[in-house]
Amino acid sequence: MAESNNGNGKHETKLLNELEKGPWPSFVKEIKSASTGNDACDDLLGQLELSYEERKGHWKHGGIVGVLGYGGGVIGRYSDVPEQFPKIAHFHTMRVNHPAGWFYTSDALRTVCDIWERHGSGLTNMHGSTGDMILLGTTTEHLEPTFQELTHAGFDLGGSGSAVRTPSCCVGMARCEWACFDAMKICYDLTEHYQDELHRPAFPYKFKFKFSACPNDCVASIARADMSVIGTWKDDIQVDEAEVANYAAVGFDIQKDVCEHCPTKAISWDGKKLDIINAECVHCMHCINVMPKALRPGKERGAVILIGAKAPIMQGALLSSVLVPFVPADELFETIKELVGRIWDFWDEYGTNRERVGEMIQRVGLPAFLDGIGLDPAPEMVSAPRDNPFIFFQTTKAGEK
Amino acid sequence: MSTTPVMPKRLTDVGPPHYEKYLHPMCKANYGKWKYHESVAPGVLCHVAESGDKLYTVRVGTPRLLSIQTIRQFASLADKYTGGYLRFTSRNNLEFLLTDPANIAPLTAEVNQLGFPVGGTKNSISNIVHTQGWIHCHSAATDASGIVKAVMDPLYERFTHQDLPGKLRIALACCENMCGAVHCSDIAILGIHRTPPHIQKDTLAKQCEIPTLIASCPTGAIRAVPGGNKEVEVIDEQCMYCGNCYTVCPAMTMNDPENDGLSIWVGGKVSNARTSPAFSKLAIPFLPNNPPRWPEVVEAVIKIVDVYAANARKYERVGEWIERVGWPRFFQLTGFEFTRHHIDDFKHAGLTFARSTHIRY
Repeated sequence: MAESNNGNGKHETKLLNELEKGPWPSFVKEIKSASTGNDACDDLLGQLELSYEERKGHWKHGGIVGVLGYGGGVIGRYSDVPEQFPKIAHFHTMRVNHPAGWFYTSDALRTVCDIWERHGSGLTNMHGSTGDMILLGTTTEHLEPTFQELTHAGFDLGGSGSAVRTPSCCVGMARCEWACFDAMKICYDLTEHYQDELHRPAFPYKFKFKFSACPNDCVASIARADMSVIGTWKDDIQVDEAEVANYAAVGFDIQKDVCEHCPTKAISWDGKKLDIINAECVHCMHCINVMPKALRPGKERGAVILIGAKAPIMQGALLSSVLVPFVPADELFETIKELVGRIWDFWDEYGTNRERVGEMIQRVGLPAFLDGIGLDPAPEMVSAPRDNPFIFFQTTKAGEK
Repeated sequence: MSTTPVMPKRLTDVGPPHYEKYLHPMCKANYGKWKYHESVAPGVLCHVAESGDKLYTVRVGTPRLLSIQTIRQFASLADKYTGGYLRFTSRNNLEFLLTDPANIAPLTAEVNQLGFPVGGTKNSISNIVHTQGWIHCHSAATDASGIVKAVMDPLYERFTHQDLPGKLRIALACCENMCGAVHCSDIAILGIHRTPPHIQKDTLAKQCEIPTLIASCPTGAIRAVPGGNKEVEVIDEQCMYCGNCYTVCPAMTMNDPENDGLSIWVGGKVSNARTSPAFSKLAIPFLPNNPPRWPEVVEAVIKIVDVYAANARKYERVGEWIERVGWPRFFQLTGFEFTRHHIDDFKHAGLTFARSTHIRY
């Protein structure tokens, strides 16, 4: 990065200045604050102002840049008006794999800030959509030095392209009473286990893991991960009767606020005792969410493994759907590894270019996918059995004659 | 700035730092042994462990785009009040983790002094998750940070108070690529294109692999020009402006300032509480791209929030409320026009047709 410091106001930013007004914290102020030590930020403001004037972006399409031996983790970015804004002619992003649960110490944050002050714009995203810490804006020659400083400080790059993307998880057992499995541990262990697949893209398209330790799904796993792992329990909801009585005593309307919201009407209240038909409970979390002192998930804990969520590109958005209805918490790591191995083999074989696992399943059919990965069909996998009579009876299971 | 210190040995594939390095000692001591939590005030949570330990969380809204100067200020506040321990949330909030409740008020005051709000818990509008926009993306149909700022300014008190019927989660993606996957949000703001790609004939042959480009189109709208020399054409009426072709081929540019804009979607959720996770549905097919403060988008979002706040029952998310009162009532209450664009005509469209006589009059 250039050493000069021209301070603020190099480019006029009449439109952007409007976004310094108002109570919500301003990203324009953040860029201006970084520009006191770095004049790439001045050019960034100038180019952004131009985008605001013309109502269009001014970044060129990608570009292959990176660090030695990795196929991802750096997003190449070039200005399409470099004559006007030479300091951001190259303005590459580095994705840095965040610690599970996004926990930091002040020293850890300062370490990254110092590295980024030496090598980049001083701008970050805390955090990017997938979960990475995003270091916004540097030049090609600074990529490798930044990377080496990061790895020596204990950080590594995240995923990009057709690879395992940086796995993420909720706060889990570190600060939540509802955690049904150790999301941070599994997230960390799998990230380490799949380092090669994360740094060296070799798939038809991206593959995301997200781990939510209860059905509240704080990391939007069911909407955003190719493999969604969502905590749940199998046995009875734990009830603290004395605390139930306390809720009632302070005027909490258990009938209205709890029973009437139960999706399967599995919970009832006679004014004295809470009765739960656990076999009919779908583990939605509502009653536990609203009476956290009185109700807790059961003791036989684990997770549901779901498959296939994605955003709309290309064939429309998908939510993940159930693949394994329940895996005990202590078997989860091994089960996921085994399952993922089979899924990737099938996807490598049958997936087309830029086809996410979910879209491949839509194309080949869930029954064929289950055959391919060697899983037996289960009624938990569907909201209902098929309602059309056109059954492909001639289809043989993979491997059968 | 200075030069890189000399590195003894090149390191790769180390993976992220182990989370235990940065865990608050109370999180470590009570790992997996938390009992319950309660809301102390908007933006302040108290988690109680089986051991009796109490951990206080002060949640702070950020613009996601942070300078290292601001991060260092947060680090200093952590040193002063939390022993240096802090974390971020999945919605770009910052959380200070405290053991002494006496520190909550002075920390909050210092955070506010720096220009950041405390809130985002329980039935509030938490931070907007969003994408890069014109700050750093090549395929953005609109900006992201600017719209988020313009929308959150008037909703500031919805962040610092928790008096909505239920949680309300807003997300923004600046194109249909949706790296911010907004498709399951109570309110989603989505940048859209409305015109087919402009083919840059002079660069196409150099930059793109034609078969990959043709295969990239979900509707088969791109075809080779017969006898042409690495030329393609787009069947305009078959194009749905998704931009997938642009992602694989830079010569298929999508930017069109006059026709690009925003769409608004409502009623999605990811939590399993009460009802199943659900996609957001179309509320407004097009609003103009109008920087720097996008008044049409701001007005539409506030309208939805206000109508929801006035009409939903306790615990109902936006989608659950609409499900109860019906979509005709939603359009009536918001005053949004229902148009032919609201009726799905892509895959599985029939599933969204009304297939009963359950009609509210």
